[in-house]
Amino acid sequence: MTIMETRKHGDASDGMIGGRQTRFEGQLKVTGAATYALEYPVEGLAHAVLVQSTIPAGQVVSIDTSKALEAPGVLLVLTPEDDLGLTTASDWHGNRPENQPYHPLPREVRFNGESIATVIAETREQAVEAAKLLDIVYAEAPSVASLDDPNAGEGKAVDMLNVAWGDAEAALAAAPVMIEAEYSTPREYHVAMEPHGLTVKWDGDQLTVWEPSQWSHGMARSYAEWFAIPYENVRLISPFIGGGFGSKGAALAYSAVAAFAARKLGRPVKLAVTRPQNFTSYGGRAATRQTIRLGATEDGVLQAIVHRGASETSTYADWPEQTGAATSILYKVENFSSQHRIVPVNTVTPGALRGPGKNPSAYGIECAMDELAWKLGMDPLDLRLKNYADRDYQSGKPWSTRRLREALMEGAEAFGWSKRSHQPRSMREGRTLIGWGIGCGTFPVIQAPSEAMIRILGNGRVEVVSGAIDMGQGTYTILAQTAADVFGVPVSQVDVKLGDSRLPGSAIAGGSMLAGSILGAVHKAATAARDELIGLALSDANSPLRDTGANTLTFGDGRISVSRGEGPSLTLPELMAALGRDELEIRRNTLPDGATAQEHHQAWTTMAKVRGPTMGDYSMHSWCAHFAEVRVDEDFGTVRVSRMVSAFDCGRLYNPRLVESQWRGGIIMGIGQALLEEGLVDQRNGRMMNSNVGDYLVPTNSDIPDIQVISVGVPDFNASALGGKGVGEVGIVGVAPAIANAVFHATGKRVRDLPITLEKLI
Amino acid sequence: MRDFSYFRASSVDEARNAVLQAGGALLAGGTTLLDLAKCGVAEPATVVDITHLSGLGEINVDASSAVIGALARMGDVADHTQIRAAFPAVAESLSLAASAQLRNMATIGGNLLQRTRCPYFRDPATFPACNKRNPGSGCPAIGGVTRNHAVLGTSDACIATYPGDLAVALVAFDAFVDLGSRKVSVDDFFLLPGDTPDRETVLGRGEMIVGIGIPASAAARNSTYLKVRDRQSYEFAAASAAVGVELEADGKTVRDIRVALGGVATKPWRARAVEQALIGKALDVETVERASGLAMEGAVSHGGNRYKIELAPRVVARAILKMAQNVGGLA
Repeated sequence: MTIMETRKHGDASDGMIGGRQTRFEGQLKVTGAATYALEYPVEGLAHAVLVQSTIPAGQVVSIDTSKALEAPGVLLVLTPEDDLGLTTASDWHGNRPENQPYHPLPREVRFNGESIATVIAETREQAVEAAKLLDIVYAEAPSVASLDDPNAGEGKAVDMLNVAWGDAEAALAAAPVMIEAEYSTPREYHVAMEPHGLTVKWDGDQLTVWEPSQWSHGMARSYAEWFAIPYENVRLISPFIGGGFGSKGAALAYSAVAAFAARKLGRPVKLAVTRPQNFTSYGGRAATRQTIRLGATEDGVLQAIVHRGASETSTYADWPEQTGAATSILYKVENFSSQHRIVPVNTVTPGALRGPGKNPSAYGIECAMDELAWKLGMDPLDLRLKNYADRDYQSGKPWSTRRLREALMEGAEAFGWSKRSHQPRSMREGRTLIGWGIGCGTFPVIQAPSEAMIRILGNGRVEVVSGAIDMGQGTYTILAQTAADVFGVPVSQVDVKLGDSRLPGSAIAGGSMLAGSILGAVHKAATAARDELIGLALSDANSPLRDTGANTLTFGDGRISVSRGEGPSLTLPELMAALGRDELEIRRNTLPDGATAQEHHQAWTTMAKVRGPTMGDYSMHSWCAHFAEVRVDEDFGTVRVSRMVSAFDCGRLYNPRLVESQWRGGIIMGIGQALLEEGLVDQRNGRMMNSNVGDYLVPTNSDIPDIQVISVGVPDFNASALGGKGVGEVGIVGVAPAIANAVFHATGKRVRDLPITLEKLI
Repeated sequence: MRDFSYFRASSVDEARNAVLQAGGALLAGGTTLLDLAKCGVAEPATVVDITHLSGLGEINVDASSAVIGALARMGDVADHTQIRAAFPAVAESLSLAASAQLRNMATIGGNLLQRTRCPYFRDPATFPACNKRNPGSGCPAIGGVTRNHAVLGTSDACIATYPGDLAVALVAFDAFVDLGSRKVSVDDFFLLPGDTPDRETVLGRGEMIVGIGIPASAAARNSTYLKVRDRQSYEFAAASAAVGVELEADGKTVRDIRVALGGVATKPWRARAVEQALIGKALDVETVERASGLAMEGAVSHGGNRYKIELAPRVVARAILKMAQNVGGLA
């Protein structure tokens, strides 16, 4: 078993790849020295406040701004009357409509809480008060509040998500044992600690944006296209981000409005999106429902899976939350059919939230497998092992690495699963029912090209420079470790610069693709820089290492030496001095050789070069198995998770301490999803009724039990240059079904709609 | 900017006079006032800061009662050794409320006056109608999202839940609110919404809470506050119960029992029917469960809050049984 031992802090090897180095920027954050987007001390700031619609659909007939404009300190009021002169920007894939005007404050209201006006004043308080003075006249139109609205209908099929092989309906009909169940999940939200917002400043046609960003280059592109200025004129700065979870990967309507206001006023503008406004300024995870039918033999061999899913989208854009995304790859099955529909309702377009698609999909299939196990009288662990997928039945490709069996076995061992009694309601302490459940999870390996620069300074310091971002997941730290490893220096000798669109291009911090992608580039650049140094050290006339007869050199313990150990040994600054160099700078990327400038730009600012998990010879994914223990008060229906053991195959871990933190973070979010989180919508007007953190509940510390995490992965060099697979999202996938299954085991009640709140159990 | 004037009162009388002005609001811990100002419900013209008034922060407990100043902090009362010994339900109601940070700021007087979490009340931009904010304008909560709304004490004008915990414990033990010139029982202090949900308490213009008093009793000494909610911490009650039990010398028969409910009613809710059904009785599971059902006499569901009618009696029963067991009186 490979349970993570917590190594003593300060071990010299912590600085190497795979070491448990603590967070590089941790001290800055805990001491308040890290500067976030709304904290930059920009001179002459004006303050913008968003005004959101209070109707779900219709037209803004008029907005009387006269009183607001007379209010103290007000500089500008923007409404749908104002043509901001902006042009629609490309989508993530780089597709862009020709010369289509962009109206970030639309006249047509498409959901309750859509931004329709902005007030800019000398102070935020003045803007807030003036915003209340706007006299808005609407012409309300009929609306559909949510997926649950009887008028929502069946929506539209998303044909590209249809997956089928074998003859699922026939195999299901012939199967001796069948279960069918419908599962649903509500709207869920990112609730990052740091709300959205930006500070924005123009210098002529040069635009600087301080905005939390999961993708500095991609967001910079949006600004350039909105304002029809060269990409190079935009600088988006985002060195620290207070959590993103998928919400900070795109520049949004309010971003365009703030930048417009700054240009119009000729002074910098700060726009803070309030916590309630965060719930409708961008979409959370779409509400979903899915029906799953499983057919099996009497001894538990899966014969068929038939899956029909649907998710909510907006009336103006199609966002499928792919309820079949995990269904197709978790188990061995010869007959399979999955279809997904999207149902337009009057909501902000949903978006990516940690584990998009895979998360609700795993909730469905993993609950269904538990229901099948119960019907068969089988242990849920045995059923999963019996139907273990030896290859990817969807793509037909072999797995690159898939240690889900090891995850199940080692997780079960650590949890003590073998002591589980089969019967529900069979474990209790007084009025507390205890239950155990399993849920598996998966997330694809997504790869993207990246670029990095290494700079070695005369004083021996090593700089790693990239436009990649760190939203708390540990980019600074693992980049420093990678460079330290290559140059054989302590991490304290490395500086890392991140979060600036002017810096070398990077994959988005999304889809769990950043670490694998950017480390490939950093390692390549660092290795090239080391080779360059070796070449200089062996050939430069002034190098003491020149005439040693060595054909290569060793970097280690802060020194550069002849490999056999004889001869001179120099520190980096000594070597740089000997070479007469102040600086050595190397830039490398992981694009194919000969990529054009256009391809470079496309690679950093769109998703065009992103590679999915089955685009090569293998099917590549991270895997996990969660084991949950719940305690349910049988009178009150309250559920508490009392223990979690989760085993992961994420390949090689670049920094186990940070990986464990990511896994635990995902599990904690999964506990929230299972038991607490739910966007409540008034069905009469589509208004979000709990758009604040007092009423939209996420777990507190006291809701979180001891979480034991186990790594069962082995390096997967198909997945990434250094052997890791994604860690950021897989942790949440499978948690909700593990808890739901444990609740069934505890109570004998099958709750098929999340969250499992107390009224569903009393 | 909405300008308001700030006045730091140096005496209770000064504070009372200042708050008499139109739009006057007292500022103590600020946890309610600032929250309501941010969501657009409170728009005071004058903020009267009473945090510097001396003598209002004390906690005095003797054999007959506890007297707590209006400016005592929630956290200090919750941790007070004598309060914990003589009035465990009061201490528990406070330590189970809000978060540690809020308890360190919020005062006892302000805690009693905290306003409902009804999301319709708290969203005036979208729901201009609200009988609490704007008398006679209607109640948008009825027919809306009502999971956390009241099932007891509601009217056609308002179904907003009284959110607090402390007041529930206080009403169980016949505590009173000291307004300086008069004392009012906590039960009488809070008003049912009826046709005037904008009037939540009997506080008159220019009155302020200077403290609370809780008579000591054997029931208060053997008491508990049980709070049930989906989240383990930092959530308002789905249902809660303050219960105290005193037995006769026989160690079986109930001499005195106090039952009050939170999270389910428009005001802190004394469940006298439950008490009456159990006085003079021996406590066994069946008797307690049957009596606890009386707590829901007159309960009305508005859809999403239906579960409270099922849940609340179970919370009451659990709390009574726990206290019965505590004094060895569970048959």
